[in-house]
Amino acid sequence: MRTQPTLNSKRRWLVPSLVLALGVGAAAGPAAHAALQIEITSGVRDPIPIAIVPFAPAAGAEPGLDVAGVVQHDLEGSGRFKALPRERMPATPTRPEAINAADWKGAGSDYVVVGRVASIENGALAVDFDLVNTLTGVRLATQRFAGPPGALRNAAHRVSDAVYQKILGVRGAFATRIAYVSVDGTAPAQHYQLIVADADGENPHLILDSRFPIMSPAWSPDGQWLAYVSFESKLSGVYVQLVRTGERRLVSARAGINGAPAWSPDGRKLALTLGGSNGNPDIYILDLATQNLTRITDDPAIDTEPEWAPDGRTLYFTSDRAGSPQIYQVSASGGHPKRITFEGNYNARPRVSADGSELAMVTLDGANYRIAVQDLSSGAVRVLSHGRLDESPSFAPNGATLIYSQREGARGSLAAISVDGLTGLRLKAQQGVICDPAWGPFGT
Amino acid sequence: MARQHGMYKLATLLLVAATLAVGACGSKPPKPSTAAPTESNPGASTEGANAANAADRSLGSQEEIGGPQAGQLATRIVYFDFDSAVIKGEGVDVVAAHAKYLSANPQQRVRLEGNTDERGSREYNIGLGDRRAQSVRRALLLQGVSEGQITTVSYGEERPADPGHDEGAWAKNRRVEIVYLTPAGQAPPKP
Repeated sequence: MRTQPTLNSKRRWLVPSLVLALGVGAAAGPAAHAALQIEITSGVRDPIPIAIVPFAPAAGAEPGLDVAGVVQHDLEGSGRFKALPRERMPATPTRPEAINAADWKGAGSDYVVVGRVASIENGALAVDFDLVNTLTGVRLATQRFAGPPGALRNAAHRVSDAVYQKILGVRGAFATRIAYVSVDGTAPAQHYQLIVADADGENPHLILDSRFPIMSPAWSPDGQWLAYVSFESKLSGVYVQLVRTGERRLVSARAGINGAPAWSPDGRKLALTLGGSNGNPDIYILDLATQNLTRITDDPAIDTEPEWAPDGRTLYFTSDRAGSPQIYQVSASGGHPKRITFEGNYNARPRVSADGSELAMVTLDGANYRIAVQDLSSGAVRVLSHGRLDESPSFAPNGATLIYSQREGARGSLAAISVDGLTGLRLKAQQGVICDPAWGPFGT
Repeated sequence: MARQHGMYKLATLLLVAATLAVGACGSKPPKPSTAAPTESNPGASTEGANAANAADRSLGSQEEIGGPQAGQLATRIVYFDFDSAVIKGEGVDVVAAHAKYLSANPQQRVRLEGNTDERGSREYNIGLGDRRAQSVRRALLLQGVSEGQITTVSYGEERPADPGHDEGAWAKNRRVEIVYLTPAGQAPPKP
């Protein structure tokens, strides 16, 4: 059964005009590059009411990043929370013992977050926060995140992760990064950039700049490396690059297609698509240390877009061996592939959730290419997105959200949608097209 | 369904972070990380990989030249129908003209660049673009061109010729471009 997620029309609650970004980043100063804007396109029925009180700044320090603003932006951006506006806060405590639970309950908040930034040894900063349940008065979490001043935004995202986990029981994915491709200019004079940014689109860093296409960024499981396809030599090549230093290695520049790199869960191998001079793309596994190449599929059809199952024992991939693109599963040591998708005549670009239970893909839904998720045990398919040309789904490491690319006229933006289909948001570049997102792993 | 979509629109809110608007930073490129490679400074330690692949690739210089311009040889693009790699109509004559020229001039080399429209999955489209490039390659080989004269690449949907998003644009983007390269045995032209 293919279904669109539906909301209860009588009781639905949609996110009203939230001032999400309340000062987020305003404090980050003029040097901050903000390449992406965030738009919430739908929200859950009953977001959890929470108050995030402005954090006390470090004593003697210039007012820095608005940590509470970043936390509020993260939590509301997940669609699961609704924050109390600052002007309606009954008080501005920064310590848990100063919280009068009844006042906050009266203001409609089930939870209150308070916190402090402090200067600690060697110029480092520490962010301390407390999470209190206003209904019970119980303090649910008290935690410190410390780091250099430049890591304050990351510390704020870690606060968001901790609050999300305490309340929802699922690890938050706010302190993670995304990679994406930005394309500027019009054909045939396009300009391609590979960019890594925080999961909220802030902090963009250039990884590679080229006049020729860049495609298919893929994170190593430790989050240190990106594999990608670059046509900078005018032919395709697969590179792996250390994100922190820019050091990189060309790992495949064979005749024909070199594409669709995917890291094995142990980080030692890349699954790839190789075409050879006669065409006929097939799936291979490249051992990064030995450069040994193992052929996994051998079929005259297009076999591409390999994706490892989390246990590393099997690969999912796209093949049109039955006439139209469908998703198959094959042992990582080769053998006979098993077909996985059966609904409709276009299912491609598989991505598996971290727990291995769900498969995200691009599906042709009527005349529209959309993001769908298939439950791997029941086979049930849910179409999640609503665009015309949606592509490149990538799971957040907590499996709660998918990021993908979409087109609106000449603009291409990234969108995120919760796997229940209820919460959507859009990350939009102010110019050009952004596409091909890859959500990185949890930080360590 | 209709109701759900209407609701979706209602729920669409523009929420722009203060800085995002104030800073108007989108017009600036993001700050390069310390060592982002560029084309002039690829920064890649490629020896091992190149050694491993060199024998396989041996594709020669990819420097482009103007190539022959007489008659049908000036036409360098072959168009395809949706989801098809079959050379049709005028494309048959274009390919035949280049086949004749290339087989008579065996030092001449071409790169066949396969392309698709923007619909569907990117890497799968690389496969479809490759299928088109291979279709032209096979036609050239059948008409006497030798394997060493031809390199193929597929750019999939990544390099549209027409930036539009309708059938007219898509039809122009489903194509193979025949690009002439520095002839075998000649040094690439100085930039």
